[in-house]
Amino acid sequence: MNALELKGVSFSYEEEGGFRIDNLNLTVGEGEFVAVLGHNGSGKSTLARLCNGLLEADAGEISVFGVPLDSKNLFEIRKNVGVVFQNPDNQTVATYVEDDVAFGAENIGLPREEIGKRIDFALKATGIEQLRHSTAARLSGGQKQRVAIAGVLALKPKIIILDESTAMLDPRGRREIVEVVNKLNKEEGITVLLITHFPEEALMADRAIVMNRGTVVMQGTPREVFARQEELLTYNLDLPRIGIICNRLRALGLNIADTMDEDELVKEIVRCVS
Amino acid sequence: MKDVSFGQYYPVSSFVHRMDPRLKILFLIAFITAIFLATSFYGLAICAGVLLLIILLSRVPVGKVFREIRGILFIVILTSVLNIFFYRGETEYWSWKFLSITREGLIFSAFLVCRLILLVTCSSMLTYTTSPVELTDGIESLLTPLKWIRFPVHELALIMSIALRFIPILMDETERIKNAQKARGADFESGGLIKRIRAIVPVLIPLLLSALRRAEELGDAMDARCYSGGRKRTKYKKLRLTWRDFVGFLVGAAVVTGVVLLRVYGVGTL
Repeated sequence: MNALELKGVSFSYEEEGGFRIDNLNLTVGEGEFVAVLGHNGSGKSTLARLCNGLLEADAGEISVFGVPLDSKNLFEIRKNVGVVFQNPDNQTVATYVEDDVAFGAENIGLPREEIGKRIDFALKATGIEQLRHSTAARLSGGQKQRVAIAGVLALKPKIIILDESTAMLDPRGRREIVEVVNKLNKEEGITVLLITHFPEEALMADRAIVMNRGTVVMQGTPREVFARQEELLTYNLDLPRIGIICNRLRALGLNIADTMDEDELVKEIVRCVS
Repeated sequence: MKDVSFGQYYPVSSFVHRMDPRLKILFLIAFITAIFLATSFYGLAICAGVLLLIILLSRVPVGKVFREIRGILFIVILTSVLNIFFYRGETEYWSWKFLSITREGLIFSAFLVCRLILLVTCSSMLTYTTSPVELTDGIESLLTPLKWIRFPVHELALIMSIALRFIPILMDETERIKNAQKARGADFESGGLIKRIRAIVPVLIPLLLSALRRAEELGDAMDARCYSGGRKRTKYKKLRLTWRDFVGFLVGAAVVTGVVLLRVYGVGTL
C-alpha cells in the first residue's frame, strides 16, 4: 500500500496569487525514504504542510495509507503523519525534554503508563535518553531537533516529514539528524519524507525528488538524479560535495568512475593514481 | 547565551523542595492568614519559628533569604516612621504639634515591621523552593474545580508554561537585536530618559514581530502534534502527595490553630 499519495494537488496562498503547488502528483511507498530537494520557493515546505492538514489543498486529493485527508479524519491523519519543523526553538512546548516529548501523547488522551512507555521508546530511538530531565532551551541545535523528532515519535506515526529540519543546524547537528532519521527508517520501518536543500542529505534516501515551482521536475535514485548536474543547476541546485570533487578530479584528467560514496571515491583515487 | 535561570528558584534537593507544589501554595496561604490573624508578638513568634525551621530545612542560604528584605526596606521604613509618629498612645515620650512618640506607637510599629518581614520572607520561600514549572502545575491542579464553571484552567496553565519557556529565548533575542542595533550605531546608554526610551523602540518592534512569528510556528507545531485543547487530554505527570506533605499539612494547621488560640484568649494582644 502507498503510504502517501497526492493526486493533482494544487495550492496557492491567497495574498500571493499564482500556485505554490501546481498540479502535483506524488506517491510514496510504505517504508520508503524519500528526499525532496528544491530551491527556496519551490513549494517543498508547502508540501509538508499539506500532507498533515496544516494547509488545505485548493484542488486534488491527498491520501495517507489509503485514507483521504479531510476535516473529519484530520486527527487520525496527524497521528500518522508527524512533521518536524525548521526552527528547533519554536516547536518545543514544555521547559523539560520529558514533558515536551509527552505533549503529543497527552494530546491524544493516552493513559499515563502508555505515555511513559512511549517517552522511553521515543528517547531511545533518537538516542537522547540521557537528556530526559534536561531543560530544552539549554541543548544544542542538533539535540533540540532530536527532541522535536522524539516528540513526534511519541505519537507513533507511520510517516515522518522533516521540513528543512536541518537548515538551522551546524554540520554536526545535520549529520546527527540525518543519522537518526535513517535509523528510524531502517529499524522502525517509518516512511520518511526528508525535505532539504542540502544535496548531501539526499544521498541516504531510496529516492530523490526535485521540486521547482510547485511540481516535481526530476526523480529517481539519488545517483540517477545527481548524474544530471546540468539539469540540477537550472533549478538552482548542485551536486553533493563528493560529486563535485569527482567532477573536478575528472577535469584534472583522472579516470574516476561516478560514485557518491566516500570510501569508494578513496579507492577510485588510489586506483587511478597507482 | 545569557544566564537562562530566571526567577529565584534555588535548585537543590531538600525536604521543602520535594514537597508537592499544591501543598506549598496552600501552606503559604494558610501561613499568610496566620500572620494577619496574629495580634501579639507571641503569634508572630510562632510564625517566625516555623519559618526559620522551613528555611533551615530548605537548604537555601539564610543570607540569601534575608537579602529579600532589602527590596522592601523603603516600605518598612515608611511604615515604621508613620506609625511611630502618628500612633496615639498613653505613655508619651515626646510630642510636637500633631506628632508624638509613644510607647505603644513604638511597640506597634515594631509589630508591623515584623509582620512585613515575615510576609515577604515566607512568600519568597515558595519561589526559592518551587520551580516555575512546578508552580504552574500546582496552580493548574488547584484551579481544577473551576472547570465546572467552564473556566479554561488547562489553557491558562499552558499559556503560563509556554510564556515561562519562551522567556530565556526572547531574552536571548533581545540581546541579539540590541547588538545588531548597536553595530549600526544605536546608542542605548546615553541621553535623558525620553531619549533612552525612544532608543528602545527599534529593539521592541523586531522583537514583537519575531515573537509573533514564533507564536505562529509554535501553533503549527502544536497542531501537528494533535493539540486540540484540554478536553480529551491526559496528563503524564501526576502530582502526588507524600508523607512530607502530610507533615507540612500538620505544621500549617498547627500554626493557624496556635495563632487563632492566642487571639481568642487574648494572650499578649497589643
